Amino acid sequence: MQEEEVLGKAYDSRLMRRLITYLRPYKRYVALALVLILFESSLEVTFPWLTKIAIDRYIRTANMAGLAAIAVVYIILLLVRFVCASAETYVLQNTGQKIMYDMRTQVFRHLHTLAPSFYDHNPVGRLITRVITDVDVLNELFSAGIVSIFGDIFTLLGIMIAILVLNWQLGLVTLSVVPLIAITTAVFRWKARDSYRRVRIAIAKINAFLQEHITGMAVVQLYNRERKSARKFDEINTGHLVANLDGILAYAWFYPAIELLSSVATALIIWYGGGKVIQGALTLGALVAFMQYSNRFFQPIADMSEKYNILQSAMASSERLFTLIDTPATIVNPPDAIKPARSARGEIEFRNVWFAYKDEDWVLRDVSFHAQPGESIAIVGHTGAGKTTTTSLLTRFYDIQKGEILLDGVNIAKLDLDYLRSSFAVVLQDVFLFSGTIESNIRLGSPIPRERVTGAAENVNLALFLRSLPLGLEHPVNERGTTLSVGQRQLLAFARALAHDPHILILDEATSSVDTETELQIRKAIDRLMEGRTSIIIAHRLSTIQRCDKIIVMHKGRVREIGTHQQLLARRGIYYKLYQLQYKDQEVAVPGD
Amino acid sequence: MAAADAHQWSILNRLKSHLFRHRGRIAAGFLAVLLTNLFLLAAPRVTGYAVDSLKEPGARETLPYYALAIIGLALCEGVFRFSMRRLIIGVSRQIEYELRADLFQHLETLPMSFYQRNKTGDLMSRVTNDLSNVRMLFGPGIMYTANTIVVTVFAVVLMLKINWQLTLLALLPLPVVSLSVRHFGKRIHDLTEESQSRLADLSARVQESMAGIRVVKAFVQERYEIDEFDRLNRSLVAKNRELIRAQSVFYPTMELMIGFAVVIVIWVGGRQVVQGTISLGDFVAFTVYLARLTWPMIALGWVVNLLERGRASMERLNHIFDTIPDVKDEPQVVADFEVEGSIEFRNLNFAYNGAPTLRNISLAIPKGKTVAIVGATGSGKSTLVQLIPRLYNAPPNSLFIDGVPIERIPIGVLRRAIGFIPQDTFLFGETIRENIAFGVELANDAEIQRAAEISHIDADVQAFPNKYQTLVGERGITLSGGQKQRTAISRAVIRDPKILILDDALSSVDTYTEEQILHELKQVMRNRTSILISHRVSTVKEADEIVVLDKGEIVECGTHAELLARDGYYAELHRRQLLEEELAVSE
Repeated sequence: MQEEEVLGKAYDSRLMRRLITYLRPYKRYVALALVLILFESSLEVTFPWLTKIAIDRYIRTANMAGLAAIAVVYIILLLVRFVCASAETYVLQNTGQKIMYDMRTQVFRHLHTLAPSFYDHNPVGRLITRVITDVDVLNELFSAGIVSIFGDIFTLLGIMIAILVLNWQLGLVTLSVVPLIAITTAVFRWKARDSYRRVRIAIAKINAFLQEHITGMAVVQLYNRERKSARKFDEINTGHLVANLDGILAYAWFYPAIELLSSVATALIIWYGGGKVIQGALTLGALVAFMQYSNRFFQPIADMSEKYNILQSAMASSERLFTLIDTPATIVNPPDAIKPARSARGEIEFRNVWFAYKDEDWVLRDVSFHAQPGESIAIVGHTGAGKTTTTSLLTRFYDIQKGEILLDGVNIAKLDLDYLRSSFAVVLQDVFLFSGTIESNIRLGSPIPRERVTGAAENVNLALFLRSLPLGLEHPVNERGTTLSVGQRQLLAFARALAHDPHILILDEATSSVDTETELQIRKAIDRLMEGRTSIIIAHRLSTIQRCDKIIVMHKGRVREIGTHQQLLARRGIYYKLYQLQYKDQEVAVPGD
Repeated sequence: MAAADAHQWSILNRLKSHLFRHRGRIAAGFLAVLLTNLFLLAAPRVTGYAVDSLKEPGARETLPYYALAIIGLALCEGVFRFSMRRLIIGVSRQIEYELRADLFQHLETLPMSFYQRNKTGDLMSRVTNDLSNVRMLFGPGIMYTANTIVVTVFAVVLMLKINWQLTLLALLPLPVVSLSVRHFGKRIHDLTEESQSRLADLSARVQESMAGIRVVKAFVQERYEIDEFDRLNRSLVAKNRELIRAQSVFYPTMELMIGFAVVIVIWVGGRQVVQGTISLGDFVAFTVYLARLTWPMIALGWVVNLLERGRASMERLNHIFDTIPDVKDEPQVVADFEVEGSIEFRNLNFAYNGAPTLRNISLAIPKGKTVAIVGATGSGKSTLVQLIPRLYNAPPNSLFIDGVPIERIPIGVLRRAIGFIPQDTFLFGETIRENIAFGVELANDAEIQRAAEISHIDADVQAFPNKYQTLVGERGITLSGGQKQRTAISRAVIRDPKILILDDALSSVDTYTEEQILHELKQVMRNRTSILISHRVSTVKEADEIVVLDKGEIVECGTHAELLARDGYYAELHRRQLLEEELAVSE
């Protein structure tokens, strides 16, 4: 969060030049908006002038027809301004929307080209801020900043020229308040921004606290924490109150101050201008026009000072966005990628593979093993032995540093990335569910017919559960999967894998305990999944391990033992010890029998 | 109609006491509104006189006085405008603070059934958006209502004094301003909400796509994800376009109407100056009054929307405030009760949401014993133990603690004697130390460490750079499921409870560590009552008594050996688990 609060300079030509490129496809709209804005500004300057003409030429000479004519002109110009202002707002905002659409698409597409290692370092929340919040900040720049600032400048210049033309001495006297208005506004912006930031931080704290305590209310109540939590909440709540009261202070003095400055301008006009009228150096109409002009200084100045904020935030946001867009995709389709016409047979070979996530912290050291098509391999070992890493390398989630990984005898780095990944079905320990339905979670975005979805659910023993649901496959699933039990989520992940009918299965078996009934179903489903497929399984259950053709025992990144269950037991090595531990456990349980 | 109105606004009754509490400042605020506008509207009159004075002889000498008078009036006005905002908006913030505190404390009294009915997101929206709407109602809402009324009355009276025909004509376009603010304001607000919700959808999509990136990549779903994103992106832009259409005519319409009023003054007022009905100074003053009326007219339309929105929000807040907690101390509680630790269910039947969950449960757990509960998912195990700390109310006279019906024991006393570790481990985003000491008033480092050792989390914590000061959750480190569960056990153990309840709270801990924790707990819980729920035979086999639940009924009951001899559900469970016992590879 702190990162998002840092604001730097308000203008950076390098960033600005790059931002302007997003306007390029819409330059005709931008030009149109610019013309409309300039037109609007000049009308803004015209209206007090019309009042002057009405007073001097027609009212003081009692010319009723002329007065009527000027009123009609006034009305026509009002209507013109109405059309200009509406069209300008629409064109500008609409262009802003188009640019936002382009930017969001660009960032989101880019995110999907990045390798999982990028996601290891960047929390999801931060990425959402890029795609949603930062882009939104830039929207303000395009729709309310870059173009309309010309309108403000032009209006201010127009007013200055008009009053200097009317009477340059009085003009200069009146303009003397402009710097004061500008300074007051700048100080106010600075104060208001500061308190606004404090309020936002306070609100974020309140929300975080409430979110947490509403979710954990049972714990609060069970542990008699009501009073203590209320006291803690009071601290945060008070912080929010104080920040707001400071904010009120900024607003409370700002409006009176501006009012006072504009009264000073009126007083100067009456004093100095009134004298000139008496001398005959200024007409009455011009005096009235002066008063009207002096009231119009404030708006463009306030707008421009707001634009400073917009620019500053936009620079910070675009800096972050561009950094993300410039992050190179490290794992991409190789040039001249090999894309075999036939789907993979499923022969896998690791040939002296070395891998480190960072520098030379080797996670895998010289790993070699071979799996024939249809063979099943169980990988066992302690936490941190490199089991999960081994499976991630197969689908090129990470690229290896030394050695070779072969699929059907071809180095996977030379294979078409989509072809490679489509050859595998991966079931991870934590089943990730997308919000949608059970069906959409089995199918994902692939064009899989309904029957195959049903068939897959049937095959992994999910059908019984589905029949108990009124909506069956259409049963809604939320992202955290809270409507499903742990076991059901496992089965769903199996159905997903089966429906995609891969040639190779990668399974990271879940460790969490489920009731025996579900356990049995999961075991059967795994059997079904392994049928006729090359399977690489990170196994935790003895029953699973024993069913595999080959067991690989990993220890500290090395393959220490390879063989069947019987062979490895006979070796009396690491596997034997692991098995002993299990055996001992079983003995403890036996005496009651 | 009047009656219906009266009812609508009675929703705001709750605010009365808050408003009354701050009545002094509110009254002073209203006085400030009055004085502000008095000075504000005196200024144009002075300007008008000054313009008229130009024609008279000796004007040179009087002009400085007019100029000073204008500045003096602005100064006075400024002082009161400053006070007006500080007083009224300040009070609204104060009341917001009070309401938020009340709301939170009320939420703390509401039982679990309430939180199951209401989604967290909805409750959050009540406490944030609705509260803010209510605040707007009696902050800016009240301030601008008062201001509008005062300005309108003052300005119209002063304008009428100049010329009534001109006044009526010039004011003609102004109600249109109010109406268009109201109409467009409402439409823009509604469209903004819709746009926000589409943005939230888009954001949720990004969140899922990023969180599930490994699945997306493994199943080669990048294109599908991008297409889905594009669909939502387009739908957001489409909604925003509607919003832009409304916005692009909103301000220009207002400017147009105000411009019309100015033209009327120039035209009609100009004629009257020519005819000599009004002076040029009157004419000038008139244009300024008109300018002073525009903001209040804009505010009027806005305020009506604020009031409507605030009222609707207050109604939603009242739904929470009016929820009476059904789990609360009854009048006949035994005030000085002390929990010993024996528990008895006596023919207990319990229905949850109308569906019978527990049937005819009779079970006595003597003080100091350990009872384990096993059974399939949905058999009612959790519900049974949740009745003990009164997360739900058991029917009267069916659950007894030390022989006293549970409904007669003060909830605070009861819960203080229980260490309950729920199935879904919930830790707060604070330090590990604070999480462990969550349920005790004061705890020293030794006590915290001891509790952590019992639940075998101490070694893990010592490995973190900040030890017990390590933050848990988003801002700190992410604990594994097992670490969370073990922390939650420390949180219960440190309370030195008379009754310890583990609701499947070791499911993510490997069997080896689990056995050690159970062993430690056994030492600590000597002479205390323990209830364990688990799927694992290894967890429950040493209990004094094992209870098997099936579809809400007790089907078997006895020690490990007895139940194996019975050769029923438990024996079957045991046999299966012998085959499937996990290979303890992880630690």
